Amino acid sequence: MSRPSLTTACAAMLRRDLTLAWRRRGDIAMPVLYALIVTMLFPFALGPEDTLLQRIAGGVVLVTVLLAMLLALDAMFASDIEDGSLEQLVLAPQPLALMLGMKILAHWLTIALPLIVISPLMAALLHLPAPVIPVLLLALLLATPLLSLLGAVLVALTVGTRRSGMLLALMLLPLCVPAVIFAAGAVAAAQQGLPWLAPISWLGAALVLAVVLAPLACAAALRIALDS
Amino acid sequence: MANWIPLWLHRLSSPPTFYRFAGTLQPWAMTLALLLGAIALYGGLVLAPADYQQGDAYRIIFIHVPSAWMSMFIYAVMGVASFIALVWRIKLAEVVAMESAPIGAAFTFITLVTGSLWGKPMWGTWWTWDARLTSELVLLFLFLGVIGLYRAFEDRRQGARAAAFLAIIGIINVPIVHFSVNWWNTLHQGSTVNVFGQSKMSWDMLWPLLTMTLATKFYYAASLFRRARTDLLALEGGKDWVRQIAQDEDAR
Repeated sequence: MSRPSLTTACAAMLRRDLTLAWRRRGDIAMPVLYALIVTMLFPFALGPEDTLLQRIAGGVVLVTVLLAMLLALDAMFASDIEDGSLEQLVLAPQPLALMLGMKILAHWLTIALPLIVISPLMAALLHLPAPVIPVLLLALLLATPLLSLLGAVLVALTVGTRRSGMLLALMLLPLCVPAVIFAAGAVAAAQQGLPWLAPISWLGAALVLAVVLAPLACAAALRIALDS
Repeated sequence: MANWIPLWLHRLSSPPTFYRFAGTLQPWAMTLALLLGAIALYGGLVLAPADYQQGDAYRIIFIHVPSAWMSMFIYAVMGVASFIALVWRIKLAEVVAMESAPIGAAFTFITLVTGSLWGKPMWGTWWTWDARLTSELVLLFLFLGVIGLYRAFEDRRQGARAAAFLAIIGIINVPIVHFSVNWWNTLHQGSTVNVFGQSKMSWDMLWPLLTMTLATKFYYAASLFRRARTDLLALEGGKDWVRQIAQDEDAR
């Protein structure tokens, strides 16, 4: 039997995960709805003053997107564990890190991308000035893949455990501090009319590092968690 | 030939040998810790002069600073032990890494509490989002994450390996967090004690601090030995050497 080429395998993996996500379209809408509802709660809790909402808008949108992604992280490998396809993936001749990278990409496309699409609406609900919105989008475009990659490593570590939801939050919090600081820093700088390129560059650097290392770490973590 | 060092280390990594070794050293380490701790407290609280600016409030550093050093030192030990556990699959390294985590979390917690007690009269607030405080808080969460992940697995060795992996990710993360929060906000003073070069602290204040640092090191060793012994007995429950110990205990 001839082995399919690496590109074919990657494309098949990506197509499979996207098809599975598309068959359950309702699940894709859930994080988006969650983020919108959380954003709506802030004006109720803090009062509808424009100046206050404007000042917190960037941070609220970022944290809300982070929480929505955290809630969806748990499901990244859940169905594959249940039907045993994850074990098959570990045994497959293709490099596991690359296959997991494809899974992370599919997860980002189905969870984070809808959140990024909806984020201008969330920002507008909180009266974030229009010129700042492109910076917010750029920060989210760099920060969300970073979170997906870091989260994937942690999810891989917890696949063998019983209850992982709260544990995942506890483990992800220390890892996502730099991403939140730099993303929120860029938005805040843009809002005050200061140069915002430096924090964005830091985010980019962190993302490059994570793209290279996280799939490898994810593969190593998965091998530890499945090996019993 | 200096062959005996690796040989001795190799032998030490066997659970029964370590059990005996730790059992012999543990009371000594505990005695030294209590003795040095008492001397350091007397030196720090009674003998050392009051600070010209902060008065007596500065005396909390005799607890705060050694605890802060220990929190980082224990994280480093845990990271190294985790690395050894993952690479060479030595059971004892897993035990050391996992039993260090609660002690490290305790020291981190003490650092945060004493720091906030000092911050109230000095900075006028219990807590501020300063770089060092935030890093220390993140360190506490890293410790708690490692403990939580270890406990979440049914199989202890598998849990130890997963948690060891998390500890290594944390080691890469600590400097990143530290520099990013530094860039973000800072209020805490820089270091006063320098390993290389002159310390900016008078000797009457410095010696209790250094004695307390030694005391905390010994306390860590004693506590780790005790925890590791218990853990080894539980892990190796079915083995002959544990049965022997149980029979000896029974006979007494």
